[in-house]
Amino acid sequence: MITILVPSALRSDVDGAARLEMPAGGSLAAILAEMDRQWPRLGRRICDEQGQLRKFVNIYVDGEDVRRVEGLATPVPDGAEVQILPSIAGGAVG
Amino acid sequence: MIGTAKGLFLARSEDDRRTWEISGPEFPMTGVYAVAVDKRGDQPRLFAGMTSSHYGPGLASSDDGGRSWAEPDHAPIAFPADTEASLRRVWAIAPGPADQPGRIYAGVEPSALFQSDDGGTTFELVRGLWDHPHRPNWGEGFGGQAIHTVLPHPTDGAAMLVAMSAGGVYRTGDRGATWSADNTGIKAYFLPDPWPEYGQCVHKVARDPENVDRLYAQNHHGVYRSDDGGHIWKSIADGLPSDFGFGIVAHPYRGDVIYNFPVTADGMRFPAEDQCRVFRSTDAGNTWEALTTGLPAGPYYGVVLRDAMCADDSRTAGIYFGTRTGDVFASRDEGESWTRVATSLPDVLCVRAASL
Repeated sequence: MITILVPSALRSDVDGAARLEMPAGGSLAAILAEMDRQWPRLGRRICDEQGQLRKFVNIYVDGEDVRRVEGLATPVPDGAEVQILPSIAGGAVG
Repeated sequence: MIGTAKGLFLARSEDDRRTWEISGPEFPMTGVYAVAVDKRGDQPRLFAGMTSSHYGPGLASSDDGGRSWAEPDHAPIAFPADTEASLRRVWAIAPGPADQPGRIYAGVEPSALFQSDDGGTTFELVRGLWDHPHRPNWGEGFGGQAIHTVLPHPTDGAAMLVAMSAGGVYRTGDRGATWSADNTGIKAYFLPDPWPEYGQCVHKVARDPENVDRLYAQNHHGVYRSDDGGHIWKSIADGLPSDFGFGIVAHPYRGDVIYNFPVTADGMRFPAEDQCRVFRSTDAGNTWEALTTGLPAGPYYGVVLRDAMCADDSRTAGIYFGTRTGDVFASRDEGESWTRVATSLPDVLCVRAASL
């Protein structure tokens, strides 16, 4: 199993859960696809409809920024922790 | 409904629009660029299109007057995989004609039109416009490349008009299968050929309620009227202090009555002459008068964006506008006098009003 840590702003999309448990599934892309299947409102906050990670969403697998590893191809081993965090570069104007 | 850069606020009046109670924000820290009230069904349905810079766009609806909101589990508006496009923002939500009660249109960024036949739960891309040969040449304004105006024809279910920045006005007469660019007379001063077939930066179009083939357009410099359903346009800017601006609003049921909030210029985006004034024409744009009673008298610097002015559907029409400096004003007497509904809100992006 792997654990997904959900940021507070998105917990309303998963009935208030801060952590989600999912079967390990190979790459981050596979994990996100399964997440989208189970929690589609959460899924579309993370990736657009073409499957691309949104610009100002950061994902860390066991503390590593996936953009600095293999992106959506980053392996997610059994027992891994996948943390979703909003980038400080986003946010509304002002 | 008051859409702002940081969420949706609601203003309610229980005393015929004399006083207002503000609530919100719903969807905090999202830009609410489009709101709508659909009164065709058994109960009014409110819509709000919001965009989080982190988590992307969304579309929510409320069937209890805005007290609670719901988003479908699936993305209600999404580009098909073969388009390789992704929704950035919903700019316009437009209920269809009265005889098509489930039909809702959405104009979005990047420039595309979606339609729903189930009251706004699921939408489908209008392929006839997406596949238009002009699309690769459509430009992008400061606000992005979007269809911001969707005007279904009130009596001809096969006809409608959309407007986009930049690209201009397009019309269909066959339920969206084919579209023609209709910008004759609208100037694109920012292009080498200022009179192109398309490429104009039309900011907003409004339809006359009595003569449905009469349309009014606020352009990126230029205010126009069409008397033939949107084919030929002629200037009606004489009498306004500036021909720049974003919104134009038609009276909900009196023909030839329109409202405009002039802005100094493209390169000087302050209210014309730094005054908070609404201009009204009661003769389809031939002459204009400034409406100022109750509005701030001193210098004023908040402009009104393309969807931040509207009319309600009351017997004596109310007119409303919000500014980028967070003020919202209302008139319960068709613009003769104004009261302040709200102040110090985030930048107001859109307003819509209706009696519920």
